[in-house]
Amino acid sequence: MKILVSIKRVVDYQIRPRPAQDGLDVELTNVKMSINPFDENAVEGAVRLKEAGVASEVVVVAVGTAANQDVLRHALAMGADRAILIETPAVVQPLTAAKYLQAIVQREAPDLVLTGKQAIDDDAAETAQMLAGLLNWPQAMFASSIQLADGRATVVREIDGGQETLSLQLPAVISVDLRLNEPRFIKLPALMMAKKKPIETLPAADFSVSAPVLTVLQIAEPPARKPGKILNNVAELVAALRAEKVLP
Amino acid sequence: MSVLVIAELDSHGIKAATRSAICAASQLGEDVHLLVTGNDVAGIALEATKIAGVSKVLHADALAYAHGLAENLAPLLVQLAVNYSALVAAATSFGKNVLPRAAALLDVAMVSEVIQIINATTFVRPMYAGNINATVVAPAGLRILTIRPTVFEAVAATGGAAALETLTATAESGQTTWLSRDLVQLDRPELATARVVISGGRSLGSAEGFKSTLTPLADVLGAAIGATRAAVDAGMAPNDSQVGQTGTVVAPELYMAFGVSGAAQHVGGIKDSKVIVAVNIDADAPIFQVADYGLVADLFTVIPELEAALKAE
Ligand SMILES: Cc1cc2nc3c(=O)[nH]c(=O)nc-3n(C[C@H](O)[C@@H](O)[C@H](O)COP(=O)(O)OP(=O)(O)OC[C@H]3O[C@@H](n4cnc5c(N)ncnc54)[C@H](O)[C@@H]3O)c2cc1C
Ligand SMILES: Cc1cc2nc3c(=O)[nH]c(=O)nc-3n(C[C@H](O)[C@H](O)[C@H](O)COP(=O)(O)OP(=O)(O)OC[C@H]3O[C@@H](n4cnc5c(N)ncnc54)[C@H](O)[C@@H]3O)c2cc1C
Repeated sequence: MKILVSIKRVVDYQIRPRPAQDGLDVELTNVKMSINPFDENAVEGAVRLKEAGVASEVVVVAVGTAANQDVLRHALAMGADRAILIETPAVVQPLTAAKYLQAIVQREAPDLVLTGKQAIDDDAAETAQMLAGLLNWPQAMFASSIQLADGRATVVREIDGGQETLSLQLPAVISVDLRLNEPRFIKLPALMMAKKKPIETLPAADFSVSAPVLTVLQIAEPPARKPGKILNNVAELVAALRAEKVLP
Repeated sequence: MSVLVIAELDSHGIKAATRSAICAASQLGEDVHLLVTGNDVAGIALEATKIAGVSKVLHADALAYAHGLAENLAPLLVQLAVNYSALVAAATSFGKNVLPRAAALLDVAMVSEVIQIINATTFVRPMYAGNINATVVAPAGLRILTIRPTVFEAVAATGGAAALETLTATAESGQTTWLSRDLVQLDRPELATARVVISGGRSLGSAEGFKSTLTPLADVLGAAIGATRAAVDAGMAPNDSQVGQTGTVVAPELYMAFGVSGAAQHVGGIKDSKVIVAVNIDADAPIFQVADYGLVADLFTVIPELEAALKAE
């Protein structure tokens, strides 16, 4: 069984993003970038399936600029076997990413595709569902548990107000929640080993992908909330909330 | 042309989030139709004809639609899309599951989690856990949107008089079997729609501490109980009580955070609340930057005092 995992390089979750000067993107110069946290869970899930003898190969793929080498290396150090970079001049939107991933799926013929449930930059949470649609494969989004047996995946997914369990015929696309697992800490020897693992770079121009895109008019900080007040005691708090008319 | 809203059902009928989606859809300036799908839901479809602002209800009934599987619903949306200028749903776990799949099949760049409609093709959506708002223009032609239900007021469930049309169901994909759903039984208001939400962080210490400290206050306030991810991960609170970027986004009249540090991922899910109260022993905790009222104090002292003060009135 081969598992393909898509990974995206995003602004590190601890960084507070600011709009860039031109107001058309966030400031990315000298900003720490990391593997999208949910994608780290997806890689961890795939590697554990390999360690359990369920999967035979884990291939990771990123669509983006040459800078993505670092997050691909990170995934290789976690235990992925090889990496593919579809090199584009810029960051791509979900439908475009899904079409490149579709092309890689057609080439690699995996039994399962794992992705993060959303990328923490644009928070779109679209790519996995789009890929499943393009492939006409079954989908399970926001998974917190995945079990594979007899050509099917049993998936528990997080839904509003609870959880739901689905059984999917493989091949399938599954997007994963942070609750799927706790990604491993990468040790130095693993990092050294990862340097020897292959990263194949394919220019985007090799693929005939075209997709409609959203045009960004403006990237801005949301209006700030009015400054708050520090109060001295509970009595003052109750009085303030009464004045706001928010107490029942 | 018209705009089609995709309804989401639960055991009580059409969810309030769908009525928020109808409110958003009506801002696109065209007639609003509502698609009701499910197994044996003719009664709900009929009831839906009374929803304010809807001119036509489309009803498609099949076993395949019973559990909202995207594999079975996306083909129906693709078939219907030719007659519509936009497909709209609430950005709930249902809408987020189904609409992107349909968008890919229709080759549309969709707009997710819309918080403001500027005109029929220009929308504002949050990114980076709500730290950034992006204004985006969708290409002309079919638009596909999910909207954030907490920012659009739900239209009235009654007062309308829509026409009702029954559709022929599309085929079942056969790829996915729905096995079970495990919904947390609520004996208090639902987190996403409650007027008052009180939340606790990991400082509550244990599942027992979380419950015994917050429940009496929630009872007095008629509040829903939320939690930080740290509290959820520590097993103090159930998964679905997580508030934030990767949990539930809330916008109550009153949000009270007890022992919550105010990480960006948490704050992203509470920013649209009318009044935010923070209680934290650390005067430098980031939560005070978004709070309207703060108490630098121990939550274990404040909560009983607050409860007593509210009961005394
Ligand atoms: C905690 C957390 C918070 C987040 N917060 C935000 C947030 O605040 N704002 C925000 O905008 N986004 C957030 N995201 C995601 C994202 O923001 C998107 O904006 C974007 O444009 C659409 O692309 P996407 O990356 O979101 O696609 P999504 O559809 O969200 O991506 C889903 C998955 O598809 C795969 N994928 C997507 N693009 C590529 C690519 N180029 N190469 C390889 N695989 C890819 C990845 O596996 C990814 O996890 C968050 C993610 C996390 C984990
Ligand atoms: C990809 C990603 C997604 C995430 N998504 C979310 C999300 O959706 N929602 C979310 O909440 N988090 C999310 N997080 C986690 C987030 O970054 C924080 O770790 C988390 O919100 C912190 O929870 P906390 O405030 O309970 O704990 P801490 O940060 O440990 O804060 C505890 C606070 O309690 C105070 N305190 C201690 N004792 C007392 C007392 N007796 N009285 C009063 N105050 C006291 C302390 O001063 C401190 O400020 C996400 C993280 C990542 C990486």
